[in-house]
Amino acid sequence: MMLEIRNLKARVDDKEILKGLNLTVNAGEIHAIMGQNGSGKSTLANVLAGKPRYEVTSGEVLFEGNDLLAMSPEVRARAGVFLAFQYPVEIAGVNNIYFLKAALNAARKERGLEELDAMEFLGLAREKMKLVEMDESFMNRSVNEGFSGGEKKRNEIFQMAVLDPKLAILDETDSGLDIDALRIVAEGVNTLRNEKHSVIVITHYQRLLDYLVPDFVHVLHEGQIVKSGGKELALELEKRGYSWADELSAAGATARS
Amino acid sequence: MSQMVEETSSELGTIAELAGQLRGGAPWLDTLREKAFDRFAAHGFPTSAEETWKYTNLSGLAKIALKADIDRHLGVEHGVEHGVEQVRLRELVLGAEKTAVELVFVDGNLEKELSWRGVLPGMARVMPLAEAIEADARGLREALSEEISDPLVDLNTALFQDGVYIHIPAGIVIESPIHLVFLSSGRGMSNPRVVIRADGGSQVSVVETFAGPRDSAYFTNAVTTILAGHGTVIEHYRLQREGSEAYHISNLRIRQSRSSSVTSHVVSLGARLSRQQIEAALQGEGSSVTLNGLFILSGRQHADHNTIIDHQSPHSESSEFYKGILDGQSRGIFDGKIIVRKDAQKTSSRQVNRNLLLSPTAIVDSKPQLEIHADDVKCNHGSTIGQIDEDALFYMQARGIASEEARNLLMYAFASEIVERMKIEPVRNQLQSDLLHKLGPNGRGGKS
Repeated sequence: MMLEIRNLKARVDDKEILKGLNLTVNAGEIHAIMGQNGSGKSTLANVLAGKPRYEVTSGEVLFEGNDLLAMSPEVRARAGVFLAFQYPVEIAGVNNIYFLKAALNAARKERGLEELDAMEFLGLAREKMKLVEMDESFMNRSVNEGFSGGEKKRNEIFQMAVLDPKLAILDETDSGLDIDALRIVAEGVNTLRNEKHSVIVITHYQRLLDYLVPDFVHVLHEGQIVKSGGKELALELEKRGYSWADELSAAGATARS
Repeated sequence: MSQMVEETSSELGTIAELAGQLRGGAPWLDTLREKAFDRFAAHGFPTSAEETWKYTNLSGLAKIALKADIDRHLGVEHGVEHGVEQVRLRELVLGAEKTAVELVFVDGNLEKELSWRGVLPGMARVMPLAEAIEADARGLREALSEEISDPLVDLNTALFQDGVYIHIPAGIVIESPIHLVFLSSGRGMSNPRVVIRADGGSQVSVVETFAGPRDSAYFTNAVTTILAGHGTVIEHYRLQREGSEAYHISNLRIRQSRSSSVTSHVVSLGARLSRQQIEAALQGEGSSVTLNGLFILSGRQHADHNTIIDHQSPHSESSEFYKGILDGQSRGIFDGKIIVRKDAQKTSSRQVNRNLLLSPTAIVDSKPQLEIHADDVKCNHGSTIGQIDEDALFYMQARGIASEEARNLLMYAFASEIVERMKIEPVRNQLQSDLLHKLGPNGRGGKS
């Protein structure tokens, strides 16, 4: 089992957002988590990555059987958890390629692998940049500084391709992307797809899922998963709208009581 | 009260004695020194009651600095045997391959065996000041005689023993930098004096490095004057890496003629208390000045940066960019004044000061000031004080970079913006390794 989330409750600034979330992701699976704004999608992504402001109040998260919540963000990353940020951060003065090389070598060191030297790394980076159709000039710029919205998202997928994580969490990577960029991002993720990698796609809309076909779809509503199903669930949700999630939630509450 | 009077008079007594020992050279210099001493005696060390000295208190200075001085001036002790090794001279010098001239001074006196002088093109001269005075080098007398109302400049004039006179004749370009290294053995006071005179169309870069041993209380009081002829291009670097208990005060006076371009880079890394004063007078039409500065402070360090840019004629340009990183209980000051005189129409001026506070007990005072008397000018200025960007920190951690390393990278990036503006590669390299050291796990919160 890659990831197991059991009865996860979390809050931000004293406001409870996740209210008992359960999710199991096996190696090789792609899971889509859909929900409207405020349902807890981004909170889930940030809790899994270990962002400081997000406080877990109960429940547990196991990553390959280990307690993920006990790890610092950098240890999670080195263990193979990758978050593609909804809003990638601009870091003036830190070179994009230097940054990524430091990140990759930190992970390799942790796994007892030899660190890559500059030439080896450059070869790998060039290959992965082609995958996301990124111009090589982006290598020598500061991390995300002055990148357009689409360029930032592609840079996230490029980083993911280089770091080759076991579990990738895409937090609304589709937001603000035109169809071309969407296709490139989805293709980038698809090439990583195999029996060892798992992906959690967090999204508001169905359209990314046309290119990145999930094995499972979950509907998140008010901090809980109210319905799970196959890829057809995304289409049904698109058709019925998020008011359906309200009904499902109410029905669930009635059934539980 | 009576105690203070006593202390003050004993300081003056010491200074008078030191000044007395220096007399008996050129009569014009004796007169100059006497006048300077009298002005200093009348004024004393500046106090925080004076507006431009509001943030910096020199009361501890006189006591520590002057005690050991008499002996040294009498030649009883000599610097090379006293802790100069501690400042890692080898890491400070740039070497013959990378410089046109490199002069090393210890406690204000030239150390010939540590210095080297290459052959300069044309009639360009880099002379020890004492030698230049003896030879009555052309233009030197006027340069030294300029009246400057500043007690510390007066103190320097009354007491300087040696220094450097650089004269670049018209049209001469000196490709490699001239490096002046002022070391202290860790005792008493030194007053290095530098005059850089560049005639029309010439180009030169001068680097001044100040250093001394750790944990010794000593005082450096340096004065440099740049006389930039028309169309000259001059770069000046002042790298302050004094010992952790040192006092460092330096003055840079820049006088610019028509279409001259002067760039000053100031770096403050060391000293317990330091103050770097710059006054740039844009006297000629179309002249431009750039002032860049970087201070990185920790522990209880105090560094004051006081600059005045005086636009006196039309079409002049100035650009000023200072950055500070402050940790521990350190205090940094940026006090930058820009004056645009009535005749200085079409002036363009830009001033920015950015500061990064790493600890809640560090203090920064940022005081940009504009004084504009002309109506057709373009001036803007801004200052910011911030902390490490937590979102950037998390982003880096989320990619596997340890939080300490991420923090160092962010600080390094912040400081690099100033270092990258420096044209001299060996100086950049030296500073980059300094930054890695000072901002690294062993540097911060520790000794400078």
